[in-house]
Amino acid sequence: MKLTKEQQAILDGSQGETMAKVLKTLIMYGECFGAERLVPITSEFGHTVISFGIGVMSPVYDLYDKILGDGFISKQKFTADPLPLDKNIPTNPLQDLVFKFMYKWQDRYEEQMKKLGITNDKAFTCTNYLPEVGNTPKKGDILSWAESSAVVFANSVLGARCNRNSGIIEMMGSIAGLVPEFGFLTDEGRKADYIVEIRTSEKPEAQLLGSAIGMHVLDKVPYVKGLDKWIGTELNDDAIGYLKDFGAATASNGSVGLYHIENLTPEAVELGESIIRKDAQVYVIDDAELQRVKDSYPVIWKDPNAKPKLCFMGCPHMTLKQLKDNTEKVSQALRKNGHSKVVIPTVWTASPDVIEEFKKTTDYWKMVNCGIILSYICPLMYMNNPLCKIQPVITSSNKLRTYTTARYYTEAEIIEKITGGEM
Amino acid sequence: MKKEFKGRVICAGSCTAPALVSHGGFNTLASFQMAIMFGDKKVKCGDQNNPDLYKKPMIGTALCLPETIGSTTGGMILYTVCAAGKAPACMLFSKPIDSLAASGAILADVWTDSSMPVIDELGEDFIQYVQDGMTITVSEDGTVTVED
Repeated sequence: MKLTKEQQAILDGSQGETMAKVLKTLIMYGECFGAERLVPITSEFGHTVISFGIGVMSPVYDLYDKILGDGFISKQKFTADPLPLDKNIPTNPLQDLVFKFMYKWQDRYEEQMKKLGITNDKAFTCTNYLPEVGNTPKKGDILSWAESSAVVFANSVLGARCNRNSGIIEMMGSIAGLVPEFGFLTDEGRKADYIVEIRTSEKPEAQLLGSAIGMHVLDKVPYVKGLDKWIGTELNDDAIGYLKDFGAATASNGSVGLYHIENLTPEAVELGESIIRKDAQVYVIDDAELQRVKDSYPVIWKDPNAKPKLCFMGCPHMTLKQLKDNTEKVSQALRKNGHSKVVIPTVWTASPDVIEEFKKTTDYWKMVNCGIILSYICPLMYMNNPLCKIQPVITSSNKLRTYTTARYYTEAEIIEKITGGEM
Repeated sequence: MKKEFKGRVICAGSCTAPALVSHGGFNTLASFQMAIMFGDKKVKCGDQNNPDLYKKPMIGTALCLPETIGSTTGGMILYTVCAAGKAPACMLFSKPIDSLAASGAILADVWTDSSMPVIDELGEDFIQYVQDGMTITVSEDGTVTVED
């Protein structure tokens, strides 16, 4: 890798051993993937995937203590993934005991984040890019983020440039103010390897379509044709909510870091089919293919016929529009099914800033009256508790399904279940 | 009988250890999570979706795999097991390493006293040939010798 004189001096120790190691880490990381130089981060804010103080991960917090002790912090303020705990979520005393043991470094780590440069105490969400939160990069911005669903959204919908970084590495980039230039930071790395043709008879469920594409293309870049027929050609609130869920499923069911939607996402609009590689493969998705993918999900509950004890919606965190729309759908379904409140304990998750905005609307009280709990947590971190994951939990999130024992249903199926419709 | 494979050095080092082979993608978080959470000294694999490795001890083995899969926390998990002295003796990838595994391996190499050689691009022949229990010797230059 070619370094500038200043970078070489830092690597040689001009700013001390710790900063030299930060730079060495980024250089070795870049060299693995053919990067020829380090480039400056241009986004205003960073985003870290690490938001939890898990007891067993003390080496991570020890490392951050060392960095802070040597006087280094992030060169940019940053947001972080959702917090793991919220007393409003239904738990029993034993589960609480395990949570206390699991997240024993939570206070320690939150204090570290304050010192490193977190933007504020409401900065904990996986949807940091939503306008209410305000960490929304511009097209072409170079980022040092980690959180697969946020990275794929930033790359695809906002046209920013970020690789699929791991936790810690993203903070190293933010501390140095530099990232190695490879992969999605280059024009070549952003070209589509796959053409995905949508031939469904109705609007495909975002979380299911993303899952199908992710499982098929893995880490490649898909160019999706025919979806604009269902979600339009404008990046409005509905399209943003759809693409958020779609992208999270591509990133977790596969490892997609960038997708292009014909006539909708910025690079597809600007460059059209010229961003498709000449040897691109074709993947056709019709109703039967979506059904095949849905039927392939294993049910890993001890009793597959168990009555669900909890439902999570909002992984990734819901948008304001999704909160309002889902409130309306649940209200209508409750009326239809002859109930006043949900019949399965249900938790919706959204960012603290979106929750604050939602609380200003009448829909918020409508949602409360439906018996729904609104929280800022990460459902995944709740499900990591061994005593929580043995419960029959249902979800409309394909990411939560992938990483936990939660069972996936489409949004319409979930709403029927929680409102006492046909089970 | 000995067979040699040559790969690309991600983290240099040498070691000799018994092979432990995953033919499917290695989910770093799912594999290590329970072992590190509950202090399992043998670091048995906790990934129920990996029939090759599930419940097998991983510490001190030559972990042979095509690639890693799963959450972006994978890198920090790998760093943690290395820092805690619970890592495999080496990690040997048949495919090019992915960004998450590379992050974990490099973080461990730069920031800890752990010396876990990591070699990638060993090829499909390697992962087809190597079997659990075979003796693996890794050299500084990325040569991997597999012995029956």
